[in-house]
Amino acid sequence: MAEIAYWEAIRRAHDEELAHDRMVVAMGEDIGVAGGTYKATSGLYQKYGADRIIDTPISENSYTGIGIGASMAGLRPIIEIMSINFALLALDTLINAAAKIRYMSGGRVSCPIVMRTPGGTAHQLAAQHSARLARMFMSTPGLRVVTPRGPLDAYGMLKSAVRCNDPVIIIEHESMYNMRGEVPDEETFRPLEGAEIVRAGTDVTLIGYNYSVHLCLAAAEKLAAMGVSAEVLDLRALRPIDRDTIRRSVEKTHKVVIAEEDEATVGVGSEIISVIVEECFFALDAQPVRVHAADVPVPYNRQLEKAAIPNADDVLAAALKVLGRV
Amino acid sequence: MNASDQKRLLREMIFYRRFEERSFEAYMERKIGGFLHLYSGQEAVATGVLEAARCGHDYVITGYRDHVHAIKAGAPAREVMAELYGKVTGSSRGRGGSMHIFDPTVNFMGGYALVGQPFPLAAGLALACKHKGTDQIAICFLGDGANNQGTFHETMNMASLWKLPVLFVCENNLYAIGTRIDRSTAVTDQYKRMCAYNIPSSQHDGQDIDAVMAAAGDAIAHVRGGKGPYFIEFMTYRQRGHSMSDSNAYRSKEEERQWLERDPIRIYGERLKKAGVMTDKDIAAMEKSVLEEIENDVVRFAEESPEPRVEDLNKYCLDDQPDPRWIGPLAQGEQHG
Repeated sequence: MAEIAYWEAIRRAHDEELAHDRMVVAMGEDIGVAGGTYKATSGLYQKYGADRIIDTPISENSYTGIGIGASMAGLRPIIEIMSINFALLALDTLINAAAKIRYMSGGRVSCPIVMRTPGGTAHQLAAQHSARLARMFMSTPGLRVVTPRGPLDAYGMLKSAVRCNDPVIIIEHESMYNMRGEVPDEETFRPLEGAEIVRAGTDVTLIGYNYSVHLCLAAAEKLAAMGVSAEVLDLRALRPIDRDTIRRSVEKTHKVVIAEEDEATVGVGSEIISVIVEECFFALDAQPVRVHAADVPVPYNRQLEKAAIPNADDVLAAALKVLGRV
Repeated sequence: MNASDQKRLLREMIFYRRFEERSFEAYMERKIGGFLHLYSGQEAVATGVLEAARCGHDYVITGYRDHVHAIKAGAPAREVMAELYGKVTGSSRGRGGSMHIFDPTVNFMGGYALVGQPFPLAAGLALACKHKGTDQIAICFLGDGANNQGTFHETMNMASLWKLPVLFVCENNLYAIGTRIDRSTAVTDQYKRMCAYNIPSSQHDGQDIDAVMAAAGDAIAHVRGGKGPYFIEFMTYRQRGHSMSDSNAYRSKEEERQWLERDPIRIYGERLKKAGVMTDKDIAAMEKSVLEEIENDVVRFAEESPEPRVEDLNKYCLDDQPDPRWIGPLAQGEQHG
C-alpha cells in the first residue's frame, strides 16, 4: 500500500489499462508530448507512442466524436477534456451521440468511451474556467457519471470505466490533483456504482461528492469536538444515484445536509432531496439543508470567489441548523 | 462490368426508388411516423459508391436520409422497412426509426439527425481501422449542407493530419433543407474547400452511376492504399422535398423538370437499352418484380411484425448485462466507514 497523489493514481490506471489492452488509447489536448496539463498521462507518450497517446488539436467536439466513432469499432478511448467548461463544446457528440447510440440502435452498437475532465473551482480562474456542470451530465440518460474524491477511486474507477461498455464521465477536480492517499500495490477495480459511508455517525448525515466530501469530513471533525456524531456519505456516482445507501443513512440519523460545489438550481442537492422524500420522507426529523455555490458566474476577485464557493464552515453551519443548535 | 451485374445494378436502383415511394405511401397512411427523408433522385450516388466499396467489410455512416445507404451496405430491406414502421424486428428494434438505421452485422454504423455529426464518427471508425491494421476504410455520406458545421472543418483537419482511411462522400443536392447552396455557402463547389486541409478531392456527375463507380473506385483505392482521406463530391438532386413536411416552395418547376430529365434510373436504363443489355419489356418486367418483392416481402414483413413490448422501455439505455466487477455496488467490506 503506497500513498500517491491523485494525478499519479490516474496515470497509473492509464498505464495499466494501456498495457492490458492494445485497444485502449488516450486522446486529448497536450496529453502526449507535453505530458498532460495535470500530469495524468506524463511519460506515457514515451512508453506507448503517438498512436496510443494521441495529442489532439483544440477541437473538443470533433475529437470527442472521433473517440466515440473509434469506440463503435472496438477501441476503448480515454478522452481528456482539459476543463469541464470546454466539455460544453463536446456536448453534441457526447450527449446527442455517445449517450444515445446504444438506445437508438436497439442495443446493437455501444460506445465504451471514458471522458475525464476536472470539474471544480480552483484559484481565481474566473467564470470560464470554473463552471461545475455535474448536474447537467447526471441528468442525461445513457451516461454514467462518477466523481472520485481521492486517489483510490481516481485509480480504481478509471480502470472500471475503461472496462465498462457504457460511456462514462469521470469528473475530477483541479484542487485535488495533488491530494495524496493510499492505493493498494496490487491491481484494484473500484465499482462505478454505489455510495460510500466514509465516516460513520449517528446524529446527522453529511452528503457530498468529489471535493465537497472533504468539506463534509472537515465539518464532521469540528462537529465531533462539539459532541456531535456526523456520518459522511460520498455519493461517488451521480448517475445512477445509490438510493439505498442514502435511505439507510437517513433512517439512522434522521437529519441531512447536502454539500455541493455546483449551483443549487436543478442541482445535485435538489435531486438528493427528491430521492430522500421519495424513499424515506417520514424518517426526517428536520428539513434538509443544501450547501451550494452562489447563483452567479464564478468571479475572479479572491474575496468574491471565496464568498461564491462553499467551505467546511458552511457545511458546519448547515449541520448545526438541521440539528437545531442555532 | 458484365451484363448480369449491369442488370443487377439497374434493379437495385429501381428497388430503392420503389422502397422510398412505398414508404411515402405508408407515411400517408400514418403507418410510419415522425420525420421521413426520401432519397428518390440520388440513387446513383449511394449505389455506385458502395458498389465500388466492400460492403460488410468497410464501415458506412451517414445522415438521416439513410434507408438506401443501409440497404446497399447490406442491411435487409425488410428490417429497414420494419424500422420505419417502429417494429421490434426493425434494424434498430423500433427504437431509432427512419433517421437512425443501424446494422453493425454489415458495419452500417448509423444514420444521424445532427447535421455534420457523422464526420467525426466516421473519422473515429477510420482511426479504429488504422489502429487495428486492417484494410477496412470508413465511408461517410453527407449532404452539402453538413459542410457548414464546425465538425466538418475540425474533422477534415484531424483526418488529414492523422492520414485516416476515410472517404468523405458529399452528395451535393444543391439545397440545405430549403436554402439553396449559393445563399448559404461562400464556396459552392464543395471539393474546392479541401485545399484548406490538404485532402485530395474531385467533383463528378452524381446522376450517372457509371461515372460514380469509376470516380469512387479511384477514391477508394487511394484511401485503402494508406494515402489518407479523400473527399469526393457528386452533383445530384432530390426529387422530393427535404422531408415529408416540406412544401418544396423554394425550387422552381423548371429546375425540377431539368433534373427529372437527368433521373439516374432513366439514364442507366437508356444506356443498357442502347447497349442491347435490356429491352423496354425487360425493364417493365423488372419493375413488376420489384413491386412484388416490396409488397410481398418487405412491406408484409413490416406490417406483420410485432411492436416492441412496453415493458422493455428501459432496455438498451445502458449495457443490460454489465460485469459486476466494474459496476458494483460497493461491497460492505469496501466501505471505508
